[in-house]
Amino acid sequence: MTNHWRDIRHADLMLINGANPAEAHPVGFQWMMRAKIERGGKMIHTDPRFTRTSAVSDKHLRIRTGTDVAYFGGLINYVLQNNLEHKEYVRFATNASFVIKESYNFTDGMFNGFDEAKKVYDTTAWAYEIGPDGFAVQDIDHPRSVLNLMRAHYSRYTPEMVERITGIQRADFLEVAKLVGEMGRPDKVMTIIYAVGLTHHTTGVQLIRSGALLQLLLGNMGRPGGGMNAERGHANIQGNTDHAISWDILPGYLRIPAPGQKNIDDYIARSAAKKLHANSLNFFGANYRKFLVSLLKSWYGDAATAANDFAFAHLPKPASDASWLSIFDAALRGKMEGLMLSGMTATSIGPDSNQVLQALSNLKWLCVMDAYSTTSSEFWREPSIDPSKVQTEVILLPATHWIEKDGSFTNSGRWAQWKEAVLPPEGEARHDHWILAEVFDRVRALYKEQGGKYPEPVLQLVMPYKDVRRPELDEIAKEINGKDLITGQRLTGFALLKDDGTTTAGDWIYTGHYPESGNLTKRRDGIQDPAKNDPTGMGYYPNWAWSWPANRRVLYNRASADSLGRPWDPKRVGIQWDAVTGRWTGDVPDYPATADPAKPDSPLPFIMTGEGTGRLFSNGVADGPFPEHYEPIESPIDNPLHPKVSATPVAFKYDERAGRPNRFGTSADYPYVATSYRLTEHEHYVTQHVDQLVALQPEAFVEVPAELAKEKGIATGDRVRVSSKRGKLEVRAVVTARLGPLTIDGKKVYQIGIPIHWGFVGINTSQHWLANALTPFVGDASSRTPEFKAFLVNIEKM
Amino acid sequence: MSEVEVSRRQFLQIGAAGTGVLGGLSPLGFDLTQAITVKQKLRIEGATVSHSVCPYCAVGCALLAYTKKNADGKVELLQIEGDPDSPVNEGRLCPKGASALQLAVSRRRVPSPMYREPGAKEWKTVSWDFALDRLARNIKASRDRTFVTTDANGNLVNRCEGIAFAGGAAFSSEEGYLATKLMRSLGYVYLEQQARV
Repeated sequence: MTNHWRDIRHADLMLINGANPAEAHPVGFQWMMRAKIERGGKMIHTDPRFTRTSAVSDKHLRIRTGTDVAYFGGLINYVLQNNLEHKEYVRFATNASFVIKESYNFTDGMFNGFDEAKKVYDTTAWAYEIGPDGFAVQDIDHPRSVLNLMRAHYSRYTPEMVERITGIQRADFLEVAKLVGEMGRPDKVMTIIYAVGLTHHTTGVQLIRSGALLQLLLGNMGRPGGGMNAERGHANIQGNTDHAISWDILPGYLRIPAPGQKNIDDYIARSAAKKLHANSLNFFGANYRKFLVSLLKSWYGDAATAANDFAFAHLPKPASDASWLSIFDAALRGKMEGLMLSGMTATSIGPDSNQVLQALSNLKWLCVMDAYSTTSSEFWREPSIDPSKVQTEVILLPATHWIEKDGSFTNSGRWAQWKEAVLPPEGEARHDHWILAEVFDRVRALYKEQGGKYPEPVLQLVMPYKDVRRPELDEIAKEINGKDLITGQRLTGFALLKDDGTTTAGDWIYTGHYPESGNLTKRRDGIQDPAKNDPTGMGYYPNWAWSWPANRRVLYNRASADSLGRPWDPKRVGIQWDAVTGRWTGDVPDYPATADPAKPDSPLPFIMTGEGTGRLFSNGVADGPFPEHYEPIESPIDNPLHPKVSATPVAFKYDERAGRPNRFGTSADYPYVATSYRLTEHEHYVTQHVDQLVALQPEAFVEVPAELAKEKGIATGDRVRVSSKRGKLEVRAVVTARLGPLTIDGKKVYQIGIPIHWGFVGINTSQHWLANALTPFVGDASSRTPEFKAFLVNIEKM
Repeated sequence: MSEVEVSRRQFLQIGAAGTGVLGGLSPLGFDLTQAITVKQKLRIEGATVSHSVCPYCAVGCALLAYTKKNADGKVELLQIEGDPDSPVNEGRLCPKGASALQLAVSRRRVPSPMYREPGAKEWKTVSWDFALDRLARNIKASRDRTFVTTDANGNLVNRCEGIAFAGGAAFSSEEGYLATKLMRSLGYVYLEQQARV
């Protein structure tokens, strides 16, 4: 989230897309209800299903899954056509006035820079005109200004086109567009709230980005009650994304180096943003080297010196994407030997669980660290598999639970909250970090004894813990924070980090969470005393836990005030300039604390970008500088905008590339659109081990629209077979009016709803069908997030 | 951790708010507040209260966990409830959070390290020493077999292509950081958690 849970109550309008917070994030949802009840905020729920969120919304728009770019594009077009954008904000805080190179082009669904052979765009082909001063040329009235190109791009997204693509009727769309258009006023603010319903698409990144563009146009980024807010579905998905359990990054969102980068200079040149405006602070780009060097000093200590480029050679340089789908693709190609899974079951998650089962069977070895057995630890005896034919060696290690260890969880609002060890480990269970530390220590011992391939990083890694096989999480928290190697003192903030090897920081965005005064994530000054603990009255509660970066509660909050530092809305102050004290007050400023905004050279508001502004046009994504609607890979129609380029041309089709048989279906064989989701009572798959929750939701089912059920003679409780090109489910049907039919480009389209939670492991083992046996093995062009939420199926009564 | 105060302001506040919906009366016509309060007190009186955070979604609801050391020295988890001081959840929990005790304490936990040989039809119970030794030897062997020092273009890349690590959304942050640090130093490029899936 750019903002945080409690902040949502400041919103005048809430667009909820690809999410069902009333059921999936019920306690977070109270802040949306507070906005509605306490300030009369309006709630618009745009989702294929009518859920409990829809039931309390002011308006539910039934949308065809995967078409939110068209919806947001329609809203962008409405705002621009009617001159409803927040003009002062757009000029001050976005790159609307930047001029794009003449080579930029978008025709019939294709942007310029496409490489036919490799099926990728050269993203450097989407670039600014650079002036003689070395900075981007600015002229908002130029025909190729970002604003004018954007106007032209989205002019195709008329209400009629929105209706053809999404199924949202024109009148309903315009009713919502009118409300959205009012949010460009400085005294109004809108939030966009989303979950994986928006990300699980081949266009997932652009679905989110299209919402962000709308928010920038309306001047809602950086403001209390505004922003782009991802709800996120696991307790510490945020914290461990920050700490980079992700192939493409190092801790603190530093890019993983690429082949050909010979030294840190090369790496910085290709990774850090360049300053594109004289008044851009370019804080991230300018300090990138400090963050990387401090990380390398944390990891390699005395073995990282200026003379050896701080052991830059030790960092692995991946050849290509190495994310979730790529792991199983490599296994299917026989290139992956071993897999370690912790609290994560590949089999159930999929996509294309049957193909994932084959991938697991191809491994030499699999290690599962978990408190409970999973569909991965037990994959070799899945009901259709003969164990004697599976040659994978499997190790299952009993791990402790969250409640048996301390450490922090970072929630989706970026608040890092420390938790205590409440119980001792159950039976033989061990902490994950003890398992990993001991295994590493044993591997290190083997390298010492036997030697082997490039042993240096394994031997030189600094393990500064009292017991290298049993580190304390408190010790690791201090390492993450970092210190000054000369004074030995822990640092109070990342501004103190250096690139000369005299500081450490395991993750720069967490520097300052654990200064010498103590661990700030343990702070507990909450709502027991609002007058004292929430001095601004805005709900920041600065001494409850700690939020990254720098305990800032709203990201980009410099944009909550105008160019002179006056809040856009004095009733909802993010930060403001206090000329008397010469400081910014309110939230922790996302800006130099004493920079006088009246000075002509004061930094532009978005200090993290090279532009100094938010980006309406960006070459940071793989599939286009402006979001464009593309159909899901499996779709019932051709794209009405450009039928010849229906789906995105840059989605990576693993099976096709590897020469495996096609596993995508067509609407001739699989005429119904399907989408998947969670229920309140379950969390993915682990809750199949929790008695009360299994009692509440015991059995797998699918939701079938009433009209379709009537056509097919299906009644609630009947067993149905739902099949895709990849697999099938044989489960009960729940017939419902919550999934009505849609008219898409003149064609009647039904959507079928599939809860994901069941499998062959758990209390009720009769529920062995895996929902993700149906989902397609393909991902987003930029992130490779699988398309779990839009695919084609058939349904038959059994 | 701290001892529970017998007259807990937070609990009474919640109790009052909860019964306020019914005007203080249950459908049976009598006020349950006192009975519920007394029952609750009996359950957690003298217990130790610890601070935790819900293990399920990313709202980050703060929890209070009540434990008691029994005569046999075992720590018993008595109750988990929402922390009324939290600016995130203000004491509230959903059905998953409210049943978190059953995730924490369960007969279904994996009892010990288990090992399944290639082609075997059943698990074998093994020692930690055996399991960690096997895992370490597997990692070393696969790393040595699949490690690429220099790629086809002559670039120094120092990567291990044949092992993947995935998981971590239920780790404490510090565990996740350690996982990244260890896996990267082994040269892993295939590193993933639940962010995409």
